[in-house]
Order: sequence, then C-alpha cells, then structure tokens
Amino acid sequence: MESKQSVMILAEIRSQQVHDLTWEMLTWGRKLADKLGVQVDCVVLGIEQGNFQELIHWGADRVLAVTNGRPDGILATPAARLLVEIIRAEQPGIVIAPATTFGRTIMPITAARLATGLTADCTELDIDPKDNLLLQTRPAIGGNIMATIKTARTKPQMATVRPRSIKPDGFDHTRQGEVMIKQYDTANAWPETLLSFRHNEENDINLENADLVVAGGKGMKSKENYQQLEELAVLLGAGLGATRDAVEAGWAPFARQVGLTGKTVSPKVYIAAGVSGKIQHLAGILTSEYIIAINEDADSQIFKVADLGIIGDAPTVVTQLIQALKDLKTDGKEH
Amino acid sequence: MKIIVLIKQVPGTANTRMNPETGVMIRDAGETILNPLDEHAVTEAVMIKKKHPGTEVIALTMGPPSAQKVLREACARGADRGILLSDKAFGGSDTLVTSRVLAAAIRKIGDTNLILAGEKATDGETGQTGPMTAALLDMPVLTFVHRLEVNDMHIIARRMVEDGIEEIKADLPALVTVVKDINNPPLPTIKGYILAKKQKFPVWGPVDLALEDGTMGLKGSPTRVVKIFTPKLSRQTTFYTADTKEQLPGAAEAIIKVLKSRSLTEKGDRYGV
Ligand SMILES: Cc1cc2nc3c(=O)[nH]c(=O)nc-3n(C[C@H](O)[C@H](O)[C@H](O)COP(=O)(O)OP(=O)(O)OC[C@H]3O[C@@H](n4cnc5c(N)ncnc54)[C@H](O)[C@@H]3O)c2cc1C
Ligand SMILES: Nc1ncnc2c1ncn2[C@@H]1O[C@H](COP(=O)(O)O)[C@@H](O)[C@H]1O
Repeated sequence: MESKQSVMILAEIRSQQVHDLTWEMLTWGRKLADKLGVQVDCVVLGIEQGNFQELIHWGADRVLAVTNGRPDGILATPAARLLVEIIRAEQPGIVIAPATTFGRTIMPITAARLATGLTADCTELDIDPKDNLLLQTRPAIGGNIMATIKTARTKPQMATVRPRSIKPDGFDHTRQGEVMIKQYDTANAWPETLLSFRHNEENDINLENADLVVAGGKGMKSKENYQQLEELAVLLGAGLGATRDAVEAGWAPFARQVGLTGKTVSPKVYIAAGVSGKIQHLAGILTSEYIIAINEDADSQIFKVADLGIIGDAPTVVTQLIQALKDLKTDGKEH
Repeated sequence: MKIIVLIKQVPGTANTRMNPETGVMIRDAGETILNPLDEHAVTEAVMIKKKHPGTEVIALTMGPPSAQKVLREACARGADRGILLSDKAFGGSDTLVTSRVLAAAIRKIGDTNLILAGEKATDGETGQTGPMTAALLDMPVLTFVHRLEVNDMHIIARRMVEDGIEEIKADLPALVTVVKDINNPPLPTIKGYILAKKQKFPVWGPVDLALEDGTMGLKGSPTRVVKIFTPKLSRQTTFYTADTKEQLPGAAEAIIKVLKSRSLTEKGDRYGV
C-alpha cells in the first residue's frame, strides 16, 4: 500500500501561467519518487489550460489541473481548499511546493486543514532508506546550522522548497503521461476577491535567472565603488547583487540582496567582490557552478567556497577588470 | 472593532542554541526581543485604532513566562492589553501546534474582527504560523501585505508578490501577515512604558483553552528535528594575488579566462526567461 502513495508537486502559478520554477520542483519530485518507486503527480491550481505536456517531459507521470470554475485566478484561501480536496482524493505520501509567496501561503493553510506537518524553505530533500520517510533539510537559526526534519506520524509529509535549490534536470520529450482536468465545487463562501494586479516595472527577476552574477559587499568601501559593479554588470549582461550589509549601507536596493533573507541565485559564475562570505550570504549562492571571490583578507570565509580567489583590493581589481573587458571589446574579436 | 496581534519573543542576537537531542531551540539563553516584524504588526493595529475609535487591540503570545516582556512592549506601543499563553505542555511546539494553541485562545477571546501577525519570525523563519492559525479558524488569510485599508465589513490589502503587487479585498474576520514596508514603527513613548508597566497579563494554559493532552508541545507536533549539522564548505580554490600594480592585469586576466571558458564575456540574452 505504502508504495502507491505518490509524490505530489505543486506547480508555481504566476499571472495565470505555469512558471518555469515548476521544472525544479519536478526535478525534486522525480528524484524522490524514483527512490520510492512511486509516481509523480503535478498539481496545477486554478488554470485549465497550459503547456501541460511540458510538465510531463520534465518528470510528471500525471498532471492534475484542478479548478473551481472561477475566472479570477488563484487566491490563497480558495486555492488551498482545492489542494485539500485533491490531497484527500489522491492520498499522496509527500507534497512539495516552491517556497514562493504562492507556496508559502497555500501550503500552511493546507497542512493545518489536514493536521499534518510542514517544513518551510528546505534546501535539500531526500528519502531515509530505513523508513522511506522524507528528510527535509533547511537552514536554521539564521542559517548558521542546518536542521533535518521528519514528519513521521501524519500524512502527507509536506515541505516548501527554496527556489534554485536544484538545477532543472531530466527533461525527456519522449516521456508519456496523463493530463486530468478536475473541478471541485468549493465556492459556497467566497471571502476573497482580486481587485487588481500591477506588474513590477524594474526587472529584478533577472538576478535570479542570470547565468552570471556580480555582487558586492562592504569591502567595496563606498557607494561610488559599488556603482562600478553596475558598470561591470552592464558590460557583461550580468545580474547585480549585494550583501545585506551593502544594502543596509544604502548602496543597493533590497531587491538585490542575495542570501538567506534575500534572493537565491544559481548562476554559472558568481563574482563576489568585497564579500566576507558569512553563512547567511552563502545560503543564497551555494548552488552557483563557479565562484570567484575578490577579497583582501586571505583568510576570509568566502575563499572556502571560491573556485578562484583573488587576494587584493576589490575596487581596484574591479576597475582593472572593467578596463580589460573594454579593451577586449575594442580589440574586436575575442582571441 | 477587536484586533488581535500575534507577537513572538525571539532571541536578540546570535546567542541561540539548540538542544541536540530534541532539536528544540533553547529559548531562555541570552537576551530576547519582540520579533521585528511583529513590531510592524502592533504599529499597524494601533494605527487602525486611531482611525476607528472604540477599537480594542489585544496582543497575544505563546511562550515562556519571560514572554511577558514582549506583551509589555506591545502595550508600550499602544496595545490595550495582552494575554500570555504559557505552560510546560506547550514546550517544543512546532508551527502547527503553536497555531492550534493560538487559534484556541482567539476563539476564547471571541468576536475578533481582524488578526495581524508578522510575515515571519527571525528565529524559526517559517512564516507558517499566520496562515495556519487562519486556516484553523476558517478565515481568509492575506500574506506579505505592505498596505492595508480597513473598513467595518472588509479589508483591502496589497500583497507584495514576486512579479508585482496584488490588491485583494477580503471579508472580515480575516488574518493579515505584514512585511516591513507596511509602516515605520515609532519608538515607544515614556508614557506608553509607564502605562504598560502597570499592566497585568492573564496567563492561559491547556485547561483554559480546553486543549487535550497529546495535542500540544513536542508530543503533539507532527514535525520533528532528527539531525542538526553545520554545513561543510569546501571547494578547491585556485588563488591569485593582486597586491601590486604589476599583478593586477594578471588578476583580471584570470577572471576573464573563467568567463570566456563559459562563453560569458559577450553580453547576450542569457537570462533564460
Ligand atoms: C538572520 C540573518 C539573516 C541574514 N541574511 C542575510 C542575507 O540574506 N544576505 C546577506 O548578504 N547577509 C545576510 N545577513 C548578514 C550576514 O551575516 C553578514 O553580516 C553580511 O553578509 C556581511 O556582508 P559583507 O560581506 O558585505 O560585509 P562584511 O562582513 O563586513 O565583509 C566585508 C569583507 O570585505 C573585505 N574587504 C574589506 N575591504 C576590502 C577591500 N578594500 N578589498 C577587498 N576586500 C575587502 C573584508 O575582508 C570582509 O571579508 C543576515 C544575518 C542574519 C543574522
Ligand atoms: N509563539 C507565538 N506566539 C504568538 N505569535 C506567534 C508565535 N509564533 C509565531 N507567531 C506569529 O507568527 C508570525 C510568523 O512566525 P513564524 O511562523 O514563526 O515565522 C510571527 O511574526 C508572529 O506574528
């Protein structure tokens, strides 16, 4: 019986569409389901149309599009009602959702209604081979330590997972699956209405999706120096990040903060200039493929996670780098 | 109108420890403060009160006896009274059980129009208590709110979500979790402190809340910490020293080499959106 309980993934919905973050969730889901020998169900809340076949290619055995026939999208309380219904009907063993404003609202409502446990903001999920329970690992106490949590006595085991904690993987366009559209009537009382939605103007999302991120900390010494990083970022088409201390100094807006209380990035290369590498900052960068650190202190913690360490004055090295890149461009071709 | 503000006492600095056996945070170590976001929640409640005369603001916290301190601070900031939910049986509660206890207390208080909470606390950082409490009370919840307008029958709240701002109307009673941008809490006044000093806070336990054995504390919590560890940081680092002027071009070159090998030196559409 136990082995039949599926791993259920909640698709991220933004502006009435399935968001790419869902691929990461499916990658986690596949990983767990394969260990358990069960199937992956991907639940899409509130919309009936979308490229559901793509979700199957990314690892879903079934896509369950669940709606209540309401046109105005997916507000937390009614969406959580839908999720409760589908969990009661499908009896999954595990339910995971992205730790976004969407997942972080719907999942706790759902868990409370089902009287089961929920672990927030996991960065690592695994299956305990001894009892087939979900191991939910998350940073605790300001990120200084990691805690692994289990939900042993109640079902389903629920967790929200930090975006960018895994690389989307396992796309297979030959994978077959089933798409089911389900309607539940949960609309007897309707406490919430969406009045309007205003899109962000500045596109800070770039930071989270960038292949290259340039970030500065207090070691950049001044706002003017930090702005050099802006020039570097423009030159390279990179995302621009900052440490909390740089944000608090007023050098950068909060939207650029990288780390535990800011954004998680996962670029091919992360350049950290004048960053000490405190654990809370590292929480946001550890899935970077390659880390370059520029710091004058050879013993700085940032070098423990760096692949390339430049020991020197960060503003000066950044100036030099900008000049070298400009020279490269005026030279015409890259060699 | 009756507004309840959920507040939490959190460790003030990095002096938190964990009991390695139970995985429960040891909360009596060192200095504690009112969770910063809860300061914003209390401030918002007091602002609503100013606009709606006759409103009563009640601060509610579950915690050890020492959590009286944060109730006092909430009163110094303008809350009318405070209630402490405290008992040995509540120790080690996870967010579900905390919410269960808070919901029971809110039911006992009765006739609440609005509940305010912080979006998350700095110690557990789960952000789950607000939505869970609302779910147990079967009321709508609006999270990540940075602007709130309160009328007699409903609220209009603006939520900060990843790609924009949602404006939502919800019937009362409702629960709202607030983010930092909602207001700027002023410092509590001396008068506030003097008034708060005289306050006595009732303490409610499992009997007052009609909570049964086994539904509270560590025993009643579905989640359990099974392991605590310090993340291991180690990559093979290639070092390059750029102390002198002569060494600088080489440093830049080393960085550019890495970027080139990954085709990252030319600006292009690499955002994957
Ligand atoms: C609950 C909690 C959450 C937090 N969340 C975050 C978060 O999300 N993101 C975040 O970044 N931080 C966060 N922090 C703060 C974090 O602990 C650090 O304080 C912060 O990351 C340090 O920023 P920094 O590296 O810019 O500054 P510092 O720690 O001051 O480091 C500056 C570094 O620059 C180097 N330096 C100085 N001068 C030069 C120079 N001329 N050239 C080169 N190097 C130089 C120094 O050697 C040092 O290593 C959080 C803290 C807590 C308690
Ligand atoms: N023990 C508690 N007593 C009262 N309110 C709490 C308690 N724990 C959490 N809260 C409320 O829930 C919010 C989020 O906390 P958390 O879920 O721990 O991140 C806090 O900002 C408080 O408003």
